[in-house]
Amino acid sequence: MAAISSLDLGQRLRKAERRGHLWAYALIAPLFIFVALSFLLPLGTVLLNSVYDPIIPDNLARTVRALGAWNGPRDQAPPEPVYAALAQDLKVAVQEQKAGSIANRLNIEESGLRTIFMRAARRVSSQEDGPWAPFFEAADPAWAQPAIWGTIRNLSSPTHALFFLSALDARRLPDGSVAAQPEDQRIHVTIYLRTLGVAFTVTLMCILLGFPLAYLLAHLRDKTANLLLILVLLPFWTSLLVRTTAWMVVLQKEGVVNSLLQALGLIAEPLPLVFNRFGVVTAMTHILLPFMILPMYSVMRQIPASYVRAARSLGASPTTAFLRVYLPQCVPGVGAGALLVFILALGYYITPALLGGSTDQMISYFVADNMGRSLNWGLASALAAILLAAVLVLYALYDRIAGPGNLKLG
Amino acid sequence: MSPSTLPLYTTPVQRMGHWALQIFCGAVLLFLIAPVLVVVPLAFNNEPYFHFPVHEYSLRWFRDLFTNPVWLHAIANSMITAVLATLLATALGTLAAVGLNHNNLPGKRLIMAVLVSPMIVPVVVLAVGSYFFFSKLGIANNLLGIVLVHAVLGMPFVVITVTATLGGFDMNLMRAARGLGASRFLAFRRVMLPIVWPGVLSGALFAFATSFDEVVVVLFLGGPEQTTLPRQMWTGLREQLAPTILSAAFMLILFAICMLLLLEWLRRRSVALRGVVE
Amino acid sequence: MFKKIHLSALTVVSAAVIAVLPSTGAAQQALTVASWGGAYTNSQVEAYHKPFTAKTGTKITSVDWGGTLGEISAQVKSGNVKWDVVDLEAAEALKGCEEGLLERIDPSKLPAGADGTPAAKDFSPGMVLPCAIGVITYSNIVAYDKAKMGANGPKTLEDFFNVTKFPGKRGLKKDPSVTLEWALMADGVAVADVYKVLSTPAGVDRAFKKLDAIKSSIVWWTAGAQPPQLLAAGEVVMTHAWHGRIVDANVKEKKDFAVMWDGQVQIPDLYAIIKGTKNLEAAQEFVRFASSSQPLADQAKYIPYAPTRNSSLALIPASNPNKAWLPNAGHPGRAMATNSQFWMENQDDLGKKFAAWLAK
Repeated sequence: MAAISSLDLGQRLRKAERRGHLWAYALIAPLFIFVALSFLLPLGTVLLNSVYDPIIPDNLARTVRALGAWNGPRDQAPPEPVYAALAQDLKVAVQEQKAGSIANRLNIEESGLRTIFMRAARRVSSQEDGPWAPFFEAADPAWAQPAIWGTIRNLSSPTHALFFLSALDARRLPDGSVAAQPEDQRIHVTIYLRTLGVAFTVTLMCILLGFPLAYLLAHLRDKTANLLLILVLLPFWTSLLVRTTAWMVVLQKEGVVNSLLQALGLIAEPLPLVFNRFGVVTAMTHILLPFMILPMYSVMRQIPASYVRAARSLGASPTTAFLRVYLPQCVPGVGAGALLVFILALGYYITPALLGGSTDQMISYFVADNMGRSLNWGLASALAAILLAAVLVLYALYDRIAGPGNLKLG
Repeated sequence: MSPSTLPLYTTPVQRMGHWALQIFCGAVLLFLIAPVLVVVPLAFNNEPYFHFPVHEYSLRWFRDLFTNPVWLHAIANSMITAVLATLLATALGTLAAVGLNHNNLPGKRLIMAVLVSPMIVPVVVLAVGSYFFFSKLGIANNLLGIVLVHAVLGMPFVVITVTATLGGFDMNLMRAARGLGASRFLAFRRVMLPIVWPGVLSGALFAFATSFDEVVVVLFLGGPEQTTLPRQMWTGLREQLAPTILSAAFMLILFAICMLLLLEWLRRRSVALRGVVE
Repeated sequence: MFKKIHLSALTVVSAAVIAVLPSTGAAQQALTVASWGGAYTNSQVEAYHKPFTAKTGTKITSVDWGGTLGEISAQVKSGNVKWDVVDLEAAEALKGCEEGLLERIDPSKLPAGADGTPAAKDFSPGMVLPCAIGVITYSNIVAYDKAKMGANGPKTLEDFFNVTKFPGKRGLKKDPSVTLEWALMADGVAVADVYKVLSTPAGVDRAFKKLDAIKSSIVWWTAGAQPPQLLAAGEVVMTHAWHGRIVDANVKEKKDFAVMWDGQVQIPDLYAIIKGTKNLEAAQEFVRFASSSQPLADQAKYIPYAPTRNSSLALIPASNPNKAWLPNAGHPGRAMATNSQFWMENQDDLGKKFAAWLAK
């Protein structure tokens, strides 16, 4: 038998380790592939749809080509060949019943373009061929102006940043420059700030309410703590819709709180506690509180009591001992809990939608609204992408502080 | 842990502080549990109102819930989706957790972060993305799409709980089994699984609860045939219609209580099986 | 315990169930009809769905929707058509047709009226569109609780906007349609000029300014079933409502709601077929059936909406209490019909402005 040299052993150990790792990867692979297909790819599609918008290049292909060939300055109306190309495109679009969607897309950029475009589309089948410039001008004088052509040129590339501009309350003018949206259309920045504000308020409330409770639970006997923990875990496991319904019942005009206050004679008229910011913040705090308490509790439980006792025995007052010895050890738990609550609060949709007024809606609502109501999928995707980016940045921060494996679930 | 009775040397201020803390925490606990409990008596209200006082009690809303074909269809869809999503999430999640349990696995942190991310990413974004993506594949108007997304949403819970359970698992047992000639799969099946199954089942319960409660994805991906219980409740809440919602809410609260009890029992079994001193 | 559950058994079960799954999405001989919910859908189930199922055996599932073209567009655009027939308003019908979201309906196949009048003459003008057939006309009115307000209820549209004389919350549909017309009318614009004014940016600003004065007192509703609920719960003192729902609440729940007819905006409802539906034949048959004389007369039994066929009016028995509640039964005050062409062209722009105004 050959002697096993130490080098050999090292190599064999590494080989064995590598084989072990390969096995580990093989076990993780099925889930990873599944996550890639059902999670990463859908998210990728959202990102894709926020920049990919081929409706004009696909449906007005000849026009786009003619505009590209002409490539004149933005303050001039194009020559006849471009009008002719547009006429051809329009004839095909009307046949394929695509005129309406093209008109809608243009209208998103500039109000009123839908009517102008559709008017031309309805008439285009009545003329066989040229000259087209007078035809369009007769349909609507706007066709003789450079503005509408500027808008078409803005949309001529299959990928563009117009949705992101819109998500940031800006737009591209027909002359190609970037400007702010008209005053009454500037809502998105307000919504972001509102979302951040609500998330921050909810996080603060959760810390204020959760920290004392976690502290108390961590210092009780295990049996008592477990019993009281049920009062934290039961809401945690109750359906979100049930909890939201419950808050509607509690806060409504004839609800529990108002009836109680009126019975006690504290108020004469019922207070508006729901369908406003108060209702949203209260319900969100209630729902997210367990996410704050559980990490804090698990961290506090592991803080040895001996540290505080040692501080006390060295002469510190209870307050000093708490602030300078106990509190710093809680920071990882508080930080993890706060960050988690903040991230979750950012993405909330159901609770504000059911309990908030029209001025309380957060960014997720506008993503859904643009998907369903105004059917501006590009804008919905851009808003979603911004939300996703914010969440991922915070998640990376959370990963630094706590590590995802440290999510304690009770 | 220190007992909650105060030592003799506390000052009156400290005593006050102690009681203030207890009262404050009592209020917070009340804040947590009261809304959930408030729903219970209203579910038995004979009149179709969402407010107190309750004059007469009856089971009429429960009767509606369990005989109305719309609600029954919703409950059936919820059950089917949740069971399938749980099976998928648990199977894949457990395997991955076992793989991640390996020492010094390069990229472990990154993989964990990716696998846990479905819990963090706003559901609306995933729902919208799934809508786009699955529509292209042609499975958007189908329970299959919903099952897949629910499995993705439930899987992080499985990974986290099983990873936590494996943390207390003595790997020497596996090495002993391998040393005695068992294949990897045999060792897993006959040595690891019998000890960690409570953790796996806990994760499965989390995944089940996640799927059963999920509404945003169903709103986007589901058609009228794929209505689930939360989706039906959402519709009812927006139009503030029949109090059948409250009876459904009561059933869901019962379900949450059962889950809690089950999870606690599983935790004790897990501790006992692994021989962990907590 | 877990040992006994073999992974293989699990896979077999899962595979079996997943194999069954695709069929849960498909419908056999069945139609899905999307409508506005509550008492209105009820009236359609009784007057159209049940007789149709009895006649042809095709099952009909009812779905509630919010009325925005986006919901239909999303289905057609993504290739998942979930609904077959949809009940929508004329503006959406016109726009949807232009955008290729609705199937064309052949008017020559429509049955003649019960009195023999050919379909083309029997329908009121503007009720037979290339992609939709009119069924009923309803009215947007202001409702209040007579039990609470007695004789001191609002008498004119201006009262709706007068928070000093009538303090309290008002309900309004979360939609620019009707909301903007009412704002202008209450601001002194004559009925005949409303859409002319609304076509100008100054007119739109004027309407929003009028609404700003009461914005904090508005409770926004989205579903037709909400206004009676809001009145009953005392959440609002008066509300914009679809008049049939108010009458229904009075009948079904013994409420004493009153309708203030001044400023009523009449809007027709039409049936259309979504493009790409898998049940085209059945859908077309249903639309033809539902828009024929007898079913249209029958729906008036359940809800006081005016049939779009002249021959149906004669078929409504005089004993039907709903006859007095039809929109054109001689009610006091201003009345107008919505301008569907206007809304078709301006829905997107005004909708965007409205959403922005709301969110501020």
